[in-house]
Amino acid sequence: MAKITLDNLAHSYMPNPRGEEDYALKELNHDWVDGEAYALLGASGCGKSTLLNIISGLLQPSQGRILFDDVDVTAQPTAARNIAQVFQFPVVYDTMTVRDNLAFPLRNRGADADYVARRVQQIAAMIGMEAELNRKARGLTADAKQKISLGRGMVREDVNALLFDEPLTVIDPHMKWELRTQLKSLHNQFGHTMIYVTHDQTEALTFADKVVVMHDGRVVQIGTPEELFETPQHTFVGYFIGSPGMNVMPARIEGDQAYVNGTSLPLGRGYGPLSGKVEIGIRPEYARLSDSEGLPVNIRRVEDVGRHQIVRADCFGHDLNIIVDEGAGIGADMTRVSFDPARINVYADDWRVEGQATGRAA
Amino acid sequence: MTDIRTDAPGRTHDAIPGAVTASPAATTTEAARPRRAARVNGSAIVMGLYLLFLMLPIYWLLNMSLKTNSEILSTFSLWPQNLTLANYETILTDASWYMGYVNSIIYVTLNTVISITVALPAAYAFSRYSFMGDKHLFFWLLTNRMAPPAVFALPFFQLYSSVGLFDTHIAVALAHTLFNVPLAVWILEGFMRGVPREIDETAYIDGYSFPRFFVRIFMPLIASGIGVAAFFCFMFSWVELLLSRTLTSVEAKPIAATMTRTVSASGLDWGVLAAAGVLTIVPGALVIYFVRNYIAKGFALGRV
Amino acid sequence: MNKTINQKAWFLVLPVLVLVAFSAVIPLMTVVNYSVQDTFGGNQFFWAGLEWFDELLHSERMWDALGRQLAFSAIILAIEVPLGIFVALNMPKKGFWASLCLVLMSLPLLIPWNVVGTIWQIFGRVDIGLLGHTLDKLGISYNYTQDFLAAWATVIVMDVWHWTSLVALLAYAGLQSIPDAYYQAAKIDQASRWKVFRYIELPKMQGVLMIAILLRFMDSFMIYTEPFVVTGGGPGNATTFLSIDLVKMALGQFDLGPAAAFSLMYFLVILLISWVFYTVMTNLDKRDGL
Repeated sequence: MAKITLDNLAHSYMPNPRGEEDYALKELNHDWVDGEAYALLGASGCGKSTLLNIISGLLQPSQGRILFDDVDVTAQPTAARNIAQVFQFPVVYDTMTVRDNLAFPLRNRGADADYVARRVQQIAAMIGMEAELNRKARGLTADAKQKISLGRGMVREDVNALLFDEPLTVIDPHMKWELRTQLKSLHNQFGHTMIYVTHDQTEALTFADKVVVMHDGRVVQIGTPEELFETPQHTFVGYFIGSPGMNVMPARIEGDQAYVNGTSLPLGRGYGPLSGKVEIGIRPEYARLSDSEGLPVNIRRVEDVGRHQIVRADCFGHDLNIIVDEGAGIGADMTRVSFDPARINVYADDWRVEGQATGRAA
Repeated sequence: MTDIRTDAPGRTHDAIPGAVTASPAATTTEAARPRRAARVNGSAIVMGLYLLFLMLPIYWLLNMSLKTNSEILSTFSLWPQNLTLANYETILTDASWYMGYVNSIIYVTLNTVISITVALPAAYAFSRYSFMGDKHLFFWLLTNRMAPPAVFALPFFQLYSSVGLFDTHIAVALAHTLFNVPLAVWILEGFMRGVPREIDETAYIDGYSFPRFFVRIFMPLIASGIGVAAFFCFMFSWVELLLSRTLTSVEAKPIAATMTRTVSASGLDWGVLAAAGVLTIVPGALVIYFVRNYIAKGFALGRV
Repeated sequence: MNKTINQKAWFLVLPVLVLVAFSAVIPLMTVVNYSVQDTFGGNQFFWAGLEWFDELLHSERMWDALGRQLAFSAIILAIEVPLGIFVALNMPKKGFWASLCLVLMSLPLLIPWNVVGTIWQIFGRVDIGLLGHTLDKLGISYNYTQDFLAAWATVIVMDVWHWTSLVALLAYAGLQSIPDAYYQAAKIDQASRWKVFRYIELPKMQGVLMIAILLRFMDSFMIYTEPFVVTGGGPGNATTFLSIDLVKMALGQFDLGPAAAFSLMYFLVILLISWVFYTVMTNLDKRDGL
């Protein structure tokens, strides 16, 4: 187990990258704290697999260093970094038995036979495959194979970090939940540093202590699930996390008032003059339909998703989603929407601007 | 349990003394490059030697085809001292020579067209339906690929003579279907298996008739498979000699047979023989050039 | 894939059946017909029963040819399969060099077989061939028309030259189908180069290697043209393989009865061995599908 430091790291797949847009992974400085479970969340192609492969040493970064416990490992090959990685699709050695598959990483490192036998038994119990230990891996189902891959990743106790590259893609939904729970309890038990790449926010939010959200080759926010929800640092985070995502509308900000198409909205905080593209963001959970106050809206559709209803509406030509409690009536006179002032975030050029407490604003 | 735990991190630390002080960019490139270069070099040497082994005999043939007979027999040299195209001129101006190429190309093309045409529906049947005796039929077809041409040479001669097809292009083309049709069925079946059945079903729901579906939708989907099958039909028909020689005398005589005659008649005309050999390599080389991107998959017969 | 039962599929197979019946069944019937008759020239045939088969089974000539044939096929398989795999492992994975290797390696496969013979006939001659000349200069006595060992060596090297690329290309296709993640996982598991080959590459190549072995076995068992051009079956009968012997018998001496019996036995041997391969192959497929 180790602290992993990314120092000035960037990567481009082109031999001579010219501009910033040539970089699959833009310049990045970050410490992955020893023993924490991180999720690396982002849409496909955002650079999260690139970052993971750089940490595991399968890819040499074009610039910067990686340090494990303050020791530079940038030039070290994968094997020397002593990490474990589980891939998106099951990687098993078809001709070996399940037992030999699980023992493979230990035997290659010369562990003694007694220890290997004990450890394999332990891992097999954890992934629920004790009964199949003596079977050939060939011919097992995709999720059984992926369980073996997970088991092979966890079998070594001394790894510096455990890396998961969307490992549950091929697993059945109910098994997904079970395996994720097991990974979590494993983390609590052994305290490995874990990095879990996924594009599924539920997976990320339930698994990780800290979620790292990536967008377009850049880390846009690192935070606890709560921070990502309450204060998205970038409009992408707001949009990507939550279901439905945050509403974003262009606005003009003056002190503690926002103006959307001329209609004023009170803000919980005051802001200085802002330049660039200015927007406000509000979670559908913090929007309220009313018949008198707020912005005018046209309700287009109401979706009942069980615990609550999602109102799809239109506000000055922008899509706006509002979450209404299950059972609450939506009358024909509900033509306005108001927002909880304390929950409105202000963005300039997509990045969140921190406001000052009201009263002291200009 | 603990022995590993304490041992491995120690190794990690030992492996990189001094690395911290070096500038990051330098460590990255210096450590990575020599390793990669060394591996590539090993492979490059192996491949170099192997390709040299493959090319030397062909080069020697080319070398001889550009020499005069007297030079071949009098001096031993690695390249032509008096470069001459006379040997090629002999072949390209003499009808009994160049008609050999024309004949070969005619029957090879005929064979490829016939083989693919009959193999397509059969391969479709094997890949989509199960019917009485399908497995036996498939294996029986494959057995024809295993039939030694030598076994069939005499009966073919008699069969085609009796129906008046002896010494025609179509006779050779038909004879070569013996081994090409089974192969084409086999290859095409492999490629067709990779096309999901849903595509067929969707097309029928959309109101396509079977022939229209097959030609308009299905064949484009397996175009690379058809290309690969055609390549193999071309290849095996082009290189075969025993049957094509037995079934022809003058009118449809293939170039390969023309060459054997020349060897026995004027055994010393090495220059012309070599030039004729070089010219037989050219069509194959052209075909390879056009299918070069499909070769690897093609040789796995669509079964990878 | 589940196949639907549809007897009408026979209509789709019909063209193939008609064609193959014409080009395989009728000739084969002729062979069977000859194999049980005797002739004294002209068109007079007499029933001979299984006499030819009996004679053949006791003929030293046939057994010798079969022995040489088996030895030849075994030797070239033993060389071409490992060499082909080795070459495939060393081929560039992509880019210009990969294309170049593919094209150059395919070249020998598309040379007419008698030209392959001619190339090696010339290449091995002491007076005008590079190989023969070089060996001669090195003081090695080499003459493939006189010397038993030289004849065999030439025929085998020629076959290796001609066909190793087929094995290599098949193996290469198998290697190309292995996802990168396997190699990455092996690196992380600290597997040695040998283990990567043994547990990742070889299992993934199994299917294509079976195809390669089957094709190489069948074609080497039927080899005729190349050794015929180079050695003519000599010196003596040293390189007279089954096909060469058969053609001598049928077209050279016109011994139709014995030749036909020979043909049938020959075909049966190939069928038998290929059937064994085929069964093993389909069993492997089934095991994969479980």
